[in-house]
Amino acid sequence: MRIPCPYCGERDLSEFVCRGEVATRPDPTTLSAGLDALYLRDNPAGPTREHWYHAQGCRLWLVVERDTRTHAVTGARPAAEAGS
Amino acid sequence: MSAAYRLATGGLIDRATPLDFTFDGRALRGFAGDTLASALVANGVRTVGRSFKYHRPRGLFTAGPEEPSGLVELGSGARREPNTKATTAELFAGLRVASQNRWPSLKFDLMAVNGLLAPLFVAGFYYKTFMWPAALWERLYEPVIRRAAGLGRASGAPDPDPYDKSHAFCDLLVIGSGPAGLAAALAAGRAGARVILCEDDFRLGGRLLSERQEIDGRPGPDWVGAIEAELAALPEVRILRRTQVFGAYDGGTYGAVERVTDHLPRPEPGLPRQRLWKIAARRVVLAAGAVERPLVFGGNDRPGVMMAASVRTYLNRHAAAPGRRAAVFTTTDDGWRTALDLQAAGVEVAVVIEARHAAPPALAEAARRGGAQIVLGGQVTETRGLGRLRQVIAGDSAFGVDLLAISGGWNPQVALSSHLGGRAVWSEALATFIPGEPPPGMSVAGAAAGQMTLAACLAAGGRAGAEAVIDLGFKARPPVFKADDEAASVSPLWRVAGSRGKAFVDLQHDVTDKDIELAAREGFRTVEHLKRYTTLGMATDQGKTSNLNGHALIAELTGRSIPEAGTTLARPPHLPVAIAAFAGHHRGVHFRPARPTPSHDWAREQGASLVDAGQWKRAQWFRRPGETDWLETVRREVTAVRTGVGVCDVSTLGKIDIQGPDAGAFLDRVYINTFSTLPVGKARYGVMLREDGLVLDDGTTARLGAEHFVMSTTTVNAGRVMQHLEYCHQALWPDLDLQMVSVTEQWAQFAVAGPKSRALLQALVGGAADLSAEAFPYMGAVAFRLDGVAARLFRLSFSGELAFEIAVPASFGDSLIRALMAAGADFGVQPYGTEALGVMRIEKGHVGGGELNGQTTARDLGLGRMMSRKKACIGKAMAGRPGLADPQRPILVGVTPLDATQRLRGGAHFLRLGAEASAANDEGHLTSTAFSPSLERWIGLGLLVGGDQRIGERIRAYDPIRGGDVEVEVRHPVFLDPEGVRLHV
Repeated sequence: MRIPCPYCGERDLSEFVCRGEVATRPDPTTLSAGLDALYLRDNPAGPTREHWYHAQGCRLWLVVERDTRTHAVTGARPAAEAGS
Repeated sequence: MSAAYRLATGGLIDRATPLDFTFDGRALRGFAGDTLASALVANGVRTVGRSFKYHRPRGLFTAGPEEPSGLVELGSGARREPNTKATTAELFAGLRVASQNRWPSLKFDLMAVNGLLAPLFVAGFYYKTFMWPAALWERLYEPVIRRAAGLGRASGAPDPDPYDKSHAFCDLLVIGSGPAGLAAALAAGRAGARVILCEDDFRLGGRLLSERQEIDGRPGPDWVGAIEAELAALPEVRILRRTQVFGAYDGGTYGAVERVTDHLPRPEPGLPRQRLWKIAARRVVLAAGAVERPLVFGGNDRPGVMMAASVRTYLNRHAAAPGRRAAVFTTTDDGWRTALDLQAAGVEVAVVIEARHAAPPALAEAARRGGAQIVLGGQVTETRGLGRLRQVIAGDSAFGVDLLAISGGWNPQVALSSHLGGRAVWSEALATFIPGEPPPGMSVAGAAAGQMTLAACLAAGGRAGAEAVIDLGFKARPPVFKADDEAASVSPLWRVAGSRGKAFVDLQHDVTDKDIELAAREGFRTVEHLKRYTTLGMATDQGKTSNLNGHALIAELTGRSIPEAGTTLARPPHLPVAIAAFAGHHRGVHFRPARPTPSHDWAREQGASLVDAGQWKRAQWFRRPGETDWLETVRREVTAVRTGVGVCDVSTLGKIDIQGPDAGAFLDRVYINTFSTLPVGKARYGVMLREDGLVLDDGTTARLGAEHFVMSTTTVNAGRVMQHLEYCHQALWPDLDLQMVSVTEQWAQFAVAGPKSRALLQALVGGAADLSAEAFPYMGAVAFRLDGVAARLFRLSFSGELAFEIAVPASFGDSLIRALMAAGADFGVQPYGTEALGVMRIEKGHVGGGELNGQTTARDLGLGRMMSRKKACIGKAMAGRPGLADPQRPILVGVTPLDATQRLRGGAHFLRLGAEASAANDEGHLTSTAFSPSLERWIGLGLLVGGDQRIGERIRAYDPIRGGDVEVEVRHPVFLDPEGVRLHV
């Protein structure tokens, strides 16, 4: 797989670390909301947004849009700009 | 040494370059341009090995990488290469070849008795025959089966050869250099696109090298030579010979392995044996051709039975005759061409047995004129001959021949088109599977796409190459060549009914038609179950010749059509790839980077024992002459620190430089305690959590300026913490104004610890810094210049003694350690290693790797009161959930054995006195242990259920694996100086 890093250009998968689906932070107000945010993932068969870290490159955290059925990467933006 | 079966003329061999080699010790001669297989054919060697289960004699069945039975051992010693296909091994002078899977000799193999035991070895025999008693599996069945069945032997020695890895990028990757591949590469290359052309063989041309076909009025090989010359002259075209593309991966990435020096008599200095290519291709043309399909009939594995197109390869490309008197058994037009080529080479063709009731008229007429008897609607039911073919039986007729060429049609090489999940689809016209939806960016051309004639291949290849690069913005057009479309019709014949003797579907795994029948009877109806139950297609050839026949049989036996039954999905690698090629240079000491500390050279001079800490090499201890036991050494080092002064390299701790107006606010959000209030010139111990509330890491962070912090992390978590902080900043709080960078490797840092540490350092720094207790109290931090060099001083203590850490740029680290030792000579300074460091931190109850194990909360570690109530931080919300706040969680305690002579070992489990040693009674475990010179006994830290409420209780530390069962007393985890008097001196 190859990821189009907005800073470095398209790079090989081996340069990146995947953190998983972009998720909301645990909600401190209720326990169940916190646990859901921590452990429940949508794991969709289809387009998904994931956090990837360009560990062997520019160290940007990216939001990568990827289709889990085909592994087709359709976009990558710096997490700082994409919001989480 | 005349090669009796070498044709007098022709062939793409260099008769001026003879190559001598040995086969089972027998001296033989071939020529440059030979494969091992063609040289064996030319020398009349027909039997090259014994089969997997039944130890039947086996010969060369094909002439290419699909070979199921012609497997041999090459080389010797550590370079012994088992299960090598003789058909793809390039001949070189001095090559030593051994047949395999035979004992005591190839001709007389005692294990052939397995053939008589065939009922034991039917499909699924593993699951049935040896079910009971299970205890005999490891001792009896497994070793016996291993010896009786199986193929070659691995050398058992480390691979002595180097392997390399390379990355490549191209506009168009062309896989295969037959007519379609060459046309595609030429169309794209002429357009100026970056092209990589990969060919598995050592010579470009594919089937063109094996056929007597013409393009543009020139013999095929001549045409190939001209195209190759044009491609080689194009600057953007790279030709990789001996390169097998073995896998298609996501995003247009392809794996290939190049056999760089396998064909050379001896390893070439400076060259790898093989090179793994990772090719990023924008477009791909798959032109991998097709594999000829065998016919399933009695005795179809006897040496002398050979695929018809492979016979043509040996004749036309290698000028080697696989026999003197031949029969042809065909159900295709293509098979007839073999009869004609045999006749043209002067080999007598006794008979052509055509399974169909009509033969292609022109070809049949030519064969008849050449002297062949013709049988229409006939089938070979049996072959005879001890060790090799002597007779072919077709119905009532017997033909005395030593070669039987068989032709069942062609199966496109669809594997690479389905590696990403694209299912092959059935073609009724071709009676085979052709590529379905190939991966994005790939098109399939030529025989791989089911285009089975020469003119069609050339046209399709040129078109595919041109379209691929036009898609990328190049101007291209397909090249035009003149060639004929040969007769190529086929009627499938999946097996010969009424065969006598074993009829093999999979020659490499000895799977017969009877095994398929058995699987069908027993309910293994799907092709995937059939594969696993019978092992059809699971050998090193991955069923290239056998799969479709097996799948057609199971379809027929279960009353389904072939597309209904389906075919198995191909996965990478397409052909076996040496594990060493994937490893590349990452072996032995190069498996991962080694990070020497700034004092590495000095420590080596001192005779330090080194230990791996993450990627670092750290000094474990510094043994002195006369010390016989590491415990003795460590005791001396600890005593030196506790009573005098010691020095230890702590540069490996992660260091992260954080600067900006919001740096303090940021640290408040990642640490459980507050840092924004930390005064400039002070350091503070901090704990950070993961989002789930468990402890991620700990360490001290110092404030060197209003907007400048330096964080330290544990050695092993340095990278992880950096990644975590970057995530927090970029993904969670991009609005915070700060920057951070890892400076772990930029600073050398040494702990100077012990009652005399202040005196030593003051002697070293002189007036550059005031180290008095008043000017530089505990947890002080200051940046200063030492002899003109930037330096930092921290009053931190891991040992519990009066202690400092001094840092300079890493390039001055070696100078600093030598300066420290020189300045400390008067104070009796001694270096200490990680072991003494560990002993002292356990004496002080500081948590380390054993306690920061990803399962502990701050509260578990006795650090719960550090959690600020005034602010939020990562993990705070979840740290409060009931499961993590449960008072019955294991809590950090210290333990000491009641009997001072007894030893503690990490990992021992805690049990109440008198409780049975069971998982239900488990109350936690020992996380760290050490012999404490200060207490003169073993001490340990551990996590004990409700431990903070149980100080003074006696429990057991139970270690059944190492035979330990020690009664211990639960203590406060700080064994030494709990009031911290020594720290504040």
